[in-house]
Amino acid sequence: MADVKCAFIVQRPQYKGETSRLALTHALSYQTVEVLLEDGDTVTPSLCFVGEGLLGISKGQNAMAPYGINSSEMHAKNCLLVDLDVYVCKEDMERFGITENQLPDADDMGAEKKINIVPFAQIEKIMEEAKHVLFF
Amino acid sequence: MGVLTMGVFPGLVGSGCYDFALKLAGAAADKGHVVNIWFSGNATVSVKAHQKHLKDYSTGEKYLVELMEKGVEVCTCEACTVSRGIQKTESIAKIQWNAMHWYLSKIHCSDRVLQIGGE
Repeated sequence: MADVKCAFIVQRPQYKGETSRLALTHALSYQTVEVLLEDGDTVTPSLCFVGEGLLGISKGQNAMAPYGINSSEMHAKNCLLVDLDVYVCKEDMERFGITENQLPDADDMGAEKKINIVPFAQIEKIMEEAKHVLFF
Repeated sequence: MGVLTMGVFPGLVGSGCYDFALKLAGAAADKGHVVNIWFSGNATVSVKAHQKHLKDYSTGEKYLVELMEKGVEVCTCEACTVSRGIQKTESIAKIQWNAMHWYLSKIHCSDRVLQIGGE
């Protein structure tokens, strides 16, 4: 029985490319990984947005009408709904002028988790504590 | 010997990262390491069979077949692959098709993970 901690570091905006968006969906899949593992084994991702990665999770996105796809906001909300730990870098929020009320929550879906706004030093600590760090 | 899992996201054509990832996987397998490759994003196009190996373009098929003959496990993201119009019946033989949790399950048992980004 073992838990493997992974840090998913999202550093690119979600609509400019596909990979950073795939970080969210891959992190979400931790919900079903147990079907492929031994009893008691788990994977616990932490999803961290740094740099330009912050630019794709603003509240109020409307990707469905013009593009016919789910928005990154919806993926971020789903992450909160399934109790993923989601972090955004405080210094990068200030750098881009993003305020706390521009970040999404999933209260309307009944989620208990909130996005954590943390100094970069804490994201470094998450990376140090993770067995594997994946950059998207 | 260790277990190496690689998440490969770049496209077959237009990026040297894909070629590098496969070469690295081959080198690790030759040294006796267990190697797993997960394809997601544009890399999933490379699972289509009957690629013509023109010298001016990268090819996946030849190298993937060689890697699997060495025991490397290769799996493609089913959602990413079918979204690009490639069906399982068109796939290179022995490439596995699964969902993203396959990647996480291989990460769980890996000594090292290399995430090869897409853009």
